[in-house]
Amino acid sequence: MSINWFKYSSPATFYPLAGKMVPFFGWLAAILMAGGLYWGFFETPDRLSDQKEYYRIIYIHVGAAWMSMWLYIVMAAWALAGLVFQTRLSFMIAKAIAPTGAIATFLALWTGAFWGKTSWGTWWDWDPRMTSELILLFLYMGYMALQSAIDDPRRADRAAALLALVGLVCVPIIFWSINCPDPNECAALHQTSNPGGGNMEPNILIAMLVTAFAFWMYSFAAILMRVRNIILERERHTTWVNELLEEKG
Amino acid sequence: MFKAFRCIVMRDLTLAMRRRTDVLTTLFFFIIVVSLFPLGAGTEKMILQKIAPGVAWVAALLASMLALERLFASDFADGTLEQLLLTPQPLFVLVLGKIFAHWLLTGLPLVLIAPLVGLQYYLPGDAVITMMLALLIGTPVLSLIGAIGAALTLGLRGGGILLSLLILPLYIPVMVYGAGVVSASAMGTDLQAYFSILSGFLILALVLSPIATAAALRISVE
Repeated sequence: MSINWFKYSSPATFYPLAGKMVPFFGWLAAILMAGGLYWGFFETPDRLSDQKEYYRIIYIHVGAAWMSMWLYIVMAAWALAGLVFQTRLSFMIAKAIAPTGAIATFLALWTGAFWGKTSWGTWWDWDPRMTSELILLFLYMGYMALQSAIDDPRRADRAAALLALVGLVCVPIIFWSINCPDPNECAALHQTSNPGGGNMEPNILIAMLVTAFAFWMYSFAAILMRVRNIILERERHTTWVNELLEEKG
Repeated sequence: MFKAFRCIVMRDLTLAMRRRTDVLTTLFFFIIVVSLFPLGAGTEKMILQKIAPGVAWVAALLASMLALERLFASDFADGTLEQLLLTPQPLFVLVLGKIFAHWLLTGLPLVLIAPLVGLQYYLPGDAVITMMLALLIGTPVLSLIGAIGAALTLGLRGGGILLSLLILPLYIPVMVYGAGVVSASAMGTDLQAYFSILSGFLILALVLSPIATAAALRISVE
């Protein structure tokens, strides 16, 4: 039996598929988020040795931070796929990922600022991780700005895809250069603090992982919904979209 | 291939010599930005010495970025760029030629004017020489990375602002080590590692940037 690997790489076939997947991921995200937050708020200790109630912001913060980084990689991967295979849908997915990634980055920075204010007494510190996250936000902004500045969608897609790839090459270098501004002391490249590692209370860890997973599922749902909109917008002159519109009345 | 490279460099230099003000504008922009900081931040010797490396690099980033807009714009406007894309020579060689000429016109003057910054900010002689060396290695990287952005934003409305949004975050590593080496020199620590890293950036950018710029030009002009 031969499998048609590219069946869903056409917007016309992907559109209904995405439509079927959106509720699944959406509900999964809602259930996981509710469950994770419940677990996080009621099944975990009220205070830790060094943190008070406000440590619970971890359930939003970690999920958002993980998604912000992961989504950039996924976005660049779709951009690369688009440039290599010349598939329109890949560019559309890359374009749809950017806003969700930017929101996750912003959320990570914002919750981080609140957490920093309560536990360190400062909204912002030029810590390597925070600075990298800020620069990630700039990269998302650059991608979206370039995409929206070009009127011709074909050029916009390809130009933004190239930018995403250039950004991907630069991200490790940027991260490393902020981490280690003095190359003579680069032994301290990795910080000792390690979320999810070792001495974390197991209930907190479970709740954190569940909420992080919820963020992941939410990203799926949001991105698929956005892709559907982009498909409709881009393909509005095709017959299948018009047929679809007539069906819906 | 080398002939094509040389031809492009000579052409761009000749064109620039016919319009010298463009080159001088960038240079004076750099000088003005550098001179503004002491007026804003106060003229205490200690503060100035401390912020000098950062100020010089930020000014260099801005100056090189402002000049980038012109890298491909006039060629794009008069159709030369399309001819370049059609030549049998590999495009990245021609692009490298344009970037090199651009660096000679905007980067090199900044390197040569750096001692002036040293005087304004009371830097010791060693630090000034270090700063010139760092700028000498670092400014080509700025031109190389910036060329990608200039090619991507070619012919767009509001291209200049967009260019800064795309390119400035990518300049960060060069700035961190470029400014770091000057501070380290003022403190008397070992500089070898800084220069190795800066040179590494230059080599990496030299290899990857012309290819990316050529791809971007094909996307933009298509």
